[in-house]
Amino acid sequence: MAKEHEQPDASVVSRRGFMQTVGASALGAATLGTAEAKQAPAPATPEEMAPLTFTVNGRRHRILVEPRWSLAYVIRDRLQLTGTKVGCDRGECGACTVLIDGKPRYACLTLAVEADGADVTTIEGLMKGEELGPVQQAFAEKDAFQCGFCTPGQVVAAEGLLRATPGASVEQIRHGMSGNLCRCGAYAHIVQAVARAAELRKG
Amino acid sequence: MTDNDRYYVEGPLPETPNPEAPADPWGETRVIGKPLPRVDAYERVSGTAVFPFDVTLPDMLHAAILRSPHAHAIVTRVDTSAAEKMPGVRAVITGATPGCDIPWYGGRGGSLSKLFDPHCRYEGEEIAAVAAETPYQAWDAVRAITVEYDVQPFSVVEAEALKQEAPAVHQGAHRAGKPGVYQRGDVAKGFAEADVVLEQTYATACEIHAPMETHGSVVRWDGNKVTIWESTQGVFAIQSAAAQTLRLPLANVRVIGHYMGGGFGSKLGLTKQTVIAALLARRTARPVRMFVTREESFTSQGNRPPASMTLKAGVKKDGTLTALDMKIVSTGGAYATGSGGVDFQIRDLYLCPNVRTETNDAYINAGPQRAFRAPGHPQGNWALEQMLDALAAEIAMDPVDLRAKNVPAISQARNNNPYTSTGLKDCLVEGAKAFGWKDARARAKSTGPIRRGVGVAAGMWQGGGGSPPSTVIVKLFADGSANLNMGASDNGCGTKTWMAMIVAEELGLPLDRIQVEHADTATTQFATPSGGSKTVPTESPAGRAAALEVKRQVVELAAEQLKVAADELTLQDGAIVSTKDPAKKLALAQVTGLQRRGVIVGVGTRGPNPEGKAINPWAVHFAEVEVNIRTGEVRLLRYLAAHDSGRVMNRLTYENQVIGGITMGVGLALTEARILDRARTGKMVNANFHDYMIPTMMDVPADQAVVAIDPHDTTCNTTGAKGIGEPATIPAASAIANAIHNAIGVRITESPIDPAAILRALNRPATKRS
Repeated sequence: MAKEHEQPDASVVSRRGFMQTVGASALGAATLGTAEAKQAPAPATPEEMAPLTFTVNGRRHRILVEPRWSLAYVIRDRLQLTGTKVGCDRGECGACTVLIDGKPRYACLTLAVEADGADVTTIEGLMKGEELGPVQQAFAEKDAFQCGFCTPGQVVAAEGLLRATPGASVEQIRHGMSGNLCRCGAYAHIVQAVARAAELRKG
Repeated sequence: MTDNDRYYVEGPLPETPNPEAPADPWGETRVIGKPLPRVDAYERVSGTAVFPFDVTLPDMLHAAILRSPHAHAIVTRVDTSAAEKMPGVRAVITGATPGCDIPWYGGRGGSLSKLFDPHCRYEGEEIAAVAAETPYQAWDAVRAITVEYDVQPFSVVEAEALKQEAPAVHQGAHRAGKPGVYQRGDVAKGFAEADVVLEQTYATACEIHAPMETHGSVVRWDGNKVTIWESTQGVFAIQSAAAQTLRLPLANVRVIGHYMGGGFGSKLGLTKQTVIAALLARRTARPVRMFVTREESFTSQGNRPPASMTLKAGVKKDGTLTALDMKIVSTGGAYATGSGGVDFQIRDLYLCPNVRTETNDAYINAGPQRAFRAPGHPQGNWALEQMLDALAAEIAMDPVDLRAKNVPAISQARNNNPYTSTGLKDCLVEGAKAFGWKDARARAKSTGPIRRGVGVAAGMWQGGGGSPPSTVIVKLFADGSANLNMGASDNGCGTKTWMAMIVAEELGLPLDRIQVEHADTATTQFATPSGGSKTVPTESPAGRAAALEVKRQVVELAAEQLKVAADELTLQDGAIVSTKDPAKKLALAQVTGLQRRGVIVGVGTRGPNPEGKAINPWAVHFAEVEVNIRTGEVRLLRYLAAHDSGRVMNRLTYENQVIGGITMGVGLALTEARILDRARTGKMVNANFHDYMIPTMMDVPADQAVVAIDPHDTTCNTTGAKGIGEPATIPAASAIANAIHNAIGVRITESPIDPAAILRALNRPATKRS
């Protein structure tokens, strides 16, 4: 989690309340529609929306969000930065990985309001204009993906790993990247790409 | 397999015209076979690739589906009145909504179900759907729909489900289809001739495809036209099924699938959610986005069926196989059979005169299967290849030698047709050499808590030869850049890249001068879905024919201009050069005929396959493992895969396919299983990535080597290529199982071989892991 966020308005549903909402939506089909399912807390009305001020890829945004909206939803649907993917929406696959204040975080498990005041970097923010960044370049060179859907999350996770550990060993790479699933199974190439990215970053 | 998810055409093949001048086989190639990064790598690593999941249209609504929470229930009442009044809700539909009573799960003389069937035969069956301004509001409304269920007894264990006393999934039908029997020779005679006969029951768990992009689409109606952005392996398959379901002419249904986040067979056909999105879009007159959640993808978007396989095998002391007899029990869930493809390798991988197989399929209260990377093959391979190892031990023969002893040159299951090529023997010999098999096997003997072992398994894929129809167009522009237009999807296998490489090869252009347009029913050429390891052998000859047709035309124009014979001209580095006099040269941009015309168009089609021949890819995998007999943990130390998939189109993407197949095999062998609550609810208890464990980077060996065997197949098609996607995963789990047996000396016959299974096999109490 990025950091504790101060409740902007006491009239907004309680923190516990919106955690329940998020939890319920994550449970999905298994419990939905059952007669015994608990009534979810009412969603925030537009009047209850919370202000969010944060920086994404160097650009400052000030928007109103429902307190229950995930950061991934806000980035993708409200800011239209669809490079960030959502693979599970419950913090298990890593496709939604973004950097929050330089550290890799699952944007699906981060509430947008938690990112207030934060500096967020997405896959789009790793580009240098139209040029690929070093990690992206290494992924392309080593063919470190197949379908490419988990790739933005992999690339951002690798960027975060290399910022913290610029000379990561193979074991450190395997461990550091193990929070990002790739069903196509390109892992062996991803290890090579992250090692190559470490070289490219040194310049 | 259901009608819904075929990637091939049954019956006589509709053949597109044979190219007038059949292309000569390639000799040395300039571009083909090289390890080149993908032509769309930039889009895939930069985040600019727009997947169907990312398609955002003005005024778009978001849809969500209410699904049965019960394994088996009859819906007696649905009340949507509260949901309809909720903020942001624009439409709620059920089976009672006009126009929504649509038959589903066709085949066998009618439909078995409906789009919204009040008889819910599995957890996850569709009951109602909502379109709202935000996905959050759509789910709020789904939760506000009240449903009354008459919960029924359920049946989720296939062997039990075949019995008459089991709760029936469909009225009066426990069995899906009739038992299938295949027979050649006389197995009783074969067993009588054997020196050793073994019998063993093997089982593989049900696996879930779990592509990273879930299943779904964005649908827009414009009057009497509909456009579908679908995460699919085949846009034309979606188009034809959607046109039929929505009663529209094919031309009014446009399906676009430029990128797709993995399918593995689960995205071959039209799904309910796309029809639901279309109905909601028409009702609201707004575009609708409908992607299922990860949980829904586990219960309702297909699976690799479980298989229980009893295999009896006979062998002579010299390694000659005398008989194979297999009985299979499987299930394709509530609406399909599950045993398709399981017995193919029993019939055809090894020389064996006496073979019998029997398949039995039960209906159970679980989600319907869909084709999953080599349907049936990893299951049958799991049994056959572990059996081969057991036979080898009984007759004290090296497992590699036993397999090499029984390599076939003909397809015994298909009229004894000869194979166009079989690299099985080379895969065994060259693979064993590269792996250091003999040394590793000798070294594997170990004592202490960490036991080392090596294993081998061979495999073949029933498909992989490709076939017509396919049409591809190549356009050469006046400046010498080109555009390739094909209907095939690029599932992540590199289809766009090697197709561009074919154009580069034939027209002597650099890759960055070639753009690929694909997977759009309105603007690209007809193609069958990308699946069955047939995309390379189906599309590459058509692509080559199109490029050669462009070459023929531009060379003719240049010959006139240079006043030389056309047959002495060749294309290289963006120019046309005389092979006799290198001074006679024209850059493509200097060909005046091309300049005047603006473009040269070449149409290529896929010719027929050779008659009376079988075309198949082959594989042999080698694994080395360490097993901790105290904790039951397995560590994969290294892995080598030797493949005959004919000519390699791009060494880099080829290797990527193979390591992906290995990774999927690691999942089947060690971690993956759909777990249904047999005792209380029948529901899937691990419908998420935490409890259903697909391999992570920590689970696969960093050391994975790939040996490509190219038999120089000049008869299979004009590029000499066979498929790689499926064979790459077929023997992987079996090789790991055999390595574990080699390490611990005990045979574990059920997948997944998790730490608990190993400790049980070793008769050790399970130790709690911290």
